[in-house]
Amino acid sequence: MHSPKPNPETDWPSELYRVLKAADVRQMSYVPDAGHSQLIRLFSADADVTTHVLTTEEEGIAIAAGAWLGGQRSVLLMQSSGVGNCINMLSLSAIGRFPLLMLVTMRGEWAEFNPWQVPMSRATQPSLEAIGLKVMRAETAEDLVETVESAASLAYESDQQIAVLIGQRLIGKKKW
Amino acid sequence: MSVPSQLDRRAAVAALLKSRGETLVVSGLGSPTYDLHAAGDRDDNFYLWGAMGGAALIGLGLAQAQPSRRVLALTGDGEQLMGLGGIATIGVARPKNLDIVVIDNQHFGETGMQASHTGRGVDLTAIATACGFAVTGTVRTLEEVQRLAVQMAEPADGPRLFVIKVRAENPPRSLPSRDAVFIKNRFRAHLGFAAA
Repeated sequence: MHSPKPNPETDWPSELYRVLKAADVRQMSYVPDAGHSQLIRLFSADADVTTHVLTTEEEGIAIAAGAWLGGQRSVLLMQSSGVGNCINMLSLSAIGRFPLLMLVTMRGEWAEFNPWQVPMSRATQPSLEAIGLKVMRAETAEDLVETVESAASLAYESDQQIAVLIGQRLIGKKKW
Repeated sequence: MSVPSQLDRRAAVAALLKSRGETLVVSGLGSPTYDLHAAGDRDDNFYLWGAMGGAALIGLGLAQAQPSRRVLALTGDGEQLMGLGGIATIGVARPKNLDIVVIDNQHFGETGMQASHTGRGVDLTAIATACGFAVTGTVRTLEEVQRLAVQMAEPADGPRLFVIKVRAENPPRSLPSRDAVFIKNRFRAHLGFAAA
């Protein structure tokens, strides 16, 4: 018997979980998303992390601010379509210089079957930048893990507001 | 249409907070922030001047980060109506140390006093009950607010939402600092976290 060697191309959610745990993330909020499903499962099974299922992504921005007021680090998971729901609430993170880390799986940019995903996909990065967030982007699993590690330091240690965009190519084509 | 209340909002908030002890308070933008400030500026007040719909959810993140402290989100009917989904999120999270108090004048007081949904029959306590809140209630007189303050000091089995029906008016503004970084750092310092 031997443990299979982790495959970074498919095990990136486990690597993100490891990185976020190492950064002492204690609260996780999410709007359900297939790309994040493994990470959601890992956090939900972790008794040391409080997880929140949201009805809309903007709720997670407020929860992250509250968590920080109370001394805890929080991460927010969503799809790019959800970014559009967050813009006004992101004023809170920007004006209060609250640490914020959002992991955003992209839709509407790579092998997308649903044309309604495309406009928000196009608007995701510009609208985040317009409200004052720093946007980082990863296209490969290896790059993503390093990017999230760096984003976590910037967010929690330098009080920055950061969205990491996870390229749709990395998620793979959606199967129905 | 619900029956208008004659309760003065400043008197109600002052009575509600008179014996708040160590309760941490987050106030929603507009009048609840002015009401909270008028009742006495404190390091453990976090005032919102924007982020509409977020007060109760900031309360949720805070309550779960500080499970041994009682947390109060003090907000208005307009703000909480915008954050209706948040009531479901809080109902699922089921924190035992979070109360939402809605100062309900049944109007959008900041934007021209148009009648709000609560003035047209929408009942926030019924929504909270349906979302699994442990306790809900509506009060209309100062005596009832005083009893509510006593009730809120007792432990709860889950989140609670109370509506205080008040008169529709805009009392003179009582303005806390608008510097969110200052308010944040002051609040965190109160809890023992050094400003980075």
